[in-house]
Amino acid sequence: MRALREFTKGIIERNPIFVLMLGLCPALAVSTSVTDAVGMGLATTFVLVCSNVSISIIRKIIPYRVRIPCYIVVIASFVTIVKLALNAYLPDLYKSLGIFVPLIVVNCIILGRAEAFASRNGVGLSFMDGLGMGVGFGLGLVLMGFIREVIGAGELCHLRVLWKGYEPMLVMTQPPGAFLVLGFLLGLFNLLHRNLKKSKD
Amino acid sequence: MSPKLAISISPHIRTRETVPRIMWTVVLVLLPAGIFSCLNFGWHVLSVIAACVITAVVLEALIQKLRGKEITISDGSAVLTGLLLAYNLSPALPIWMAIIGTVVAIAIGKHAFGGLGHNIWNPALVGRAFLMAAYPGAMTTWFPSRLAGAVDAMTYATPLNVIKQSLPQSLPSLGEMFFGIRGGCIGETCCLLLLLGGLFLLWKGYITWHIPVAFLGSLACFAVIASGGKPQAAVFAICAGGAMLGSIYMATDYVTSPVSVRGMLIFGIGCGIITGVIRKWGGYPEGVCYAILLMNSATPLIDRLTLPRAYGEAKRKVWV
Repeated sequence: MRALREFTKGIIERNPIFVLMLGLCPALAVSTSVTDAVGMGLATTFVLVCSNVSISIIRKIIPYRVRIPCYIVVIASFVTIVKLALNAYLPDLYKSLGIFVPLIVVNCIILGRAEAFASRNGVGLSFMDGLGMGVGFGLGLVLMGFIREVIGAGELCHLRVLWKGYEPMLVMTQPPGAFLVLGFLLGLFNLLHRNLKKSKD
Repeated sequence: MSPKLAISISPHIRTRETVPRIMWTVVLVLLPAGIFSCLNFGWHVLSVIAACVITAVVLEALIQKLRGKEITISDGSAVLTGLLLAYNLSPALPIWMAIIGTVVAIAIGKHAFGGLGHNIWNPALVGRAFLMAAYPGAMTTWFPSRLAGAVDAMTYATPLNVIKQSLPQSLPSLGEMFFGIRGGCIGETCCLLLLLGGLFLLWKGYITWHIPVAFLGSLACFAVIASGGKPQAAVFAICAGGAMLGSIYMATDYVTSPVSVRGMLIFGIGCGIITGVIRKWGGYPEGVCYAILLMNSATPLIDRLTLPRAYGEAKRKVWV
């Protein structure tokens, strides 16, 4: 039961992007299209799950004072695996994600979960936590990517979805659009949480 | 009936100048330039202006109702925002784009920050900047000036476009530009009417001279230096783009400009120089909008640095 809760909390209640406000850099940069968002979400989820599990396994032998470098080494190893795999099997996606694949190493969500969760909890729970946070992050990216791609290009996964004469709102696929969409979604999540709290009380 | 004896804390001197009165005066003062624009660019202009103003007012009322605030559409600030936004748009802009721009101006530029008095940037310019980024093609499609001669009626480009892209077209004379017989945004062309309106506001004391004069002065100086010392470049720089409209009616917005005299001068000079730099080296032909938005961002800082010293207070270290 607790394992299920550790999984579901990452999706809405403690969504990494919209509630914890972690990993905003990839959220802003890689949400220009749904394809990129899905790729980035899956890559991050893989790294997050693997690093959470590994760190949970070795949590008792990591010296407290050098724990951060240890986490980073673990995370960087998995990012390297993802990077090589993407480059080998999905070269198009790899090219379009660009610098943001290696930058998963410094994604705050991963280090944050290692420090706040995996280093204090068992392997099973850490796995569920990593999976939930990864899925929450991925869904957040896809939501932003969906809004930005449909409005900003009239496309979905690079296929035309809106009517023929639709004039794309170019700003949405550019950085200002990312900030605007993120801002509105943050507002929406705050509203959601306020209502949830009210109904709980 | 209000009581004759007002029992309240200071200030005790009352004035008839209220926010609605000032806002509506500015709207009235701006109207001649709009009428001129209808004559110059055709009646499509009128529908763009109407779309912006109506959207602004309706949306303001709607948002204030949703936020549970008092509905203040009669104070004229929403009308003014809509009108100023329309004046900053291309006369050929489709109506629905003008409506989107107004929604951004009112909802994001004004109410996302807390409504009148709390906005960081001039809402009308936020709307224009958004449209420039969203629909760059439509925002830079121009109507020719109808009042210009038959030959010139084919000139679609604004004078600043001609300069920026070195188009093989003749520029309007400085006189034509001063009277507004040229292509450009809806409300920016007729310098004469804008200037007269500005002088009226100055006489009423609704604006002070500091920001417009510092803005236009530094822009003129920049233009003269950049052109290698030609004095007519100064007149061209002031009349060619939106400098007149921007400096008199938008840079002087109470909410988004500094309060002290020194601050206003810094603000105006900053606007002028940034405008000149964008026109000379930037990617866009016109930079008034971005200059004002950038200096709006710096306004809290300018206010902090130019805070007057109270009598007897030790000199503060400003740069900490």
